[in-house]
Amino acid sequence: MTPAPFDYAAPTSLKEALRLLDNRSADPKILAGGHSLLPLMKLRLAAPGVLVDLRRVPDLRGIQAGDGRLVIGAMTRYVDLEGSPLLHEHAPILAQAAGLVGDAQVRNRGTIGGAIAHADPAGDMPAVICCLDASLHLASPRGERTVPATEFFRDIFETALSEDEILTHISLPIPSTPPAQHYVKFRRRMCDWAIVGASVSVTCDDERITACRVFLTNVGPIPTRATAVESALEGRNPTAETISQAARGAGADLSPSSELNGSADYKRHLAGVTCSRALQDALGIGRA
Amino acid sequence: MRIALTVNGERQEIDVEPRLLLVHLLRDHLGRTGTHIGCDTSNCGACTILLDGDAVKSCTLLAVQADGCAITTIEGLASGSQMHPVQEAFWDNHGLQCGFCTPGMIMAAVALLDRTPRPSEEEIKRGLEGNLCRCTGYVNIIRSVQAAAEALDRSGSVPAA
Repeated sequence: MTPAPFDYAAPTSLKEALRLLDNRSADPKILAGGHSLLPLMKLRLAAPGVLVDLRRVPDLRGIQAGDGRLVIGAMTRYVDLEGSPLLHEHAPILAQAAGLVGDAQVRNRGTIGGAIAHADPAGDMPAVICCLDASLHLASPRGERTVPATEFFRDIFETALSEDEILTHISLPIPSTPPAQHYVKFRRRMCDWAIVGASVSVTCDDERITACRVFLTNVGPIPTRATAVESALEGRNPTAETISQAARGAGADLSPSSELNGSADYKRHLAGVTCSRALQDALGIGRA
Repeated sequence: MRIALTVNGERQEIDVEPRLLLVHLLRDHLGRTGTHIGCDTSNCGACTILLDGDAVKSCTLLAVQADGCAITTIEGLASGSQMHPVQEAFWDNHGLQCGFCTPGMIMAAVALLDRTPRPSEEEIKRGLEGNLCRCTGYVNIIRSVQAAAEALDRSGSVPAA
């Protein structure tokens, strides 16, 4: 399978990349790791006029801490997220979830920014960054702006990115106390996409759950916040009983679409199962 | 578009169409047919090569994305008639049946051992999860990687790639 013909550019500055992207008549498209875009182009489901490869743009790779936040370059690969000591310390769910994407070869190429901009409902990164209350930093010839992850995803493969904007960085608040986090990805085989996934981040004081965020993957067009689960947990003692009660409510308000890998009912069931397992693993409470 | 890259230590400069896939550059333009095309959808791993030391699926990269990079294919592992320890281990342990997946398996195994010199069985399975063997010869493939790890450990040598 060969893509339709296109032109290719690998600019060496963000300014140049933005200029190329702004030339709308050339029908440009940003290329990051290419592991979602190239398969689409090979199937001729996408046929951009010019690919603007960000691989030579400086400062879009790597993870840094400063001013109470972690800043992750959009071109940072899954393999780099997986092994990052900063993430293991401050946002372990992101390192853990990155290790569940695709396979070793895919993780050597795929990038966090590419996955977020692509906004596949079955992708792992969107729900995880929502769970982490991340902010997305966008640049365009008009300037820069920041959009909360929870407002970035609009519909299947649709985001707040304008045609002339590039996602440059993802930033996360560094929590004052280490939160208990876990991502559970339910799939039938390794390398598969999530049929359903659950991202949880829980903060506890000595006795009680003081805050929690729970976001689900692939039960709707965009990451879905499990508010019923969150409110059933907040203020409660983190016990096996609390978790199973709370997780039971995860599927109630969902209207997922049926697909080859699972019917809507099955996905609603999996929402409860994945929430329960993610909470158990995050809080270190043994699975029943 | 003119690109320059190193393939198995040899510098190559070549004019390519931007849409040329890296695997086609290697096979059709540079004659390195040891890299196989299996699924052509980045599932099977038969086209795995090393790009600047990382295992990647060359069916899901454009040749132009490898401009300025160093590539190792299965042909680049042996030195003369001396096979690479991972190749040797696949031979000794019957790590192949039809052989179609083998170049990709070996390249993925070389990358795995480079990063994880003494992998557990679980780590080997995880490291090779992107490579499919339709003969389902996985048991001997895992055994081969374990044997290669031991051989490399004994010799104290670092994989060539």
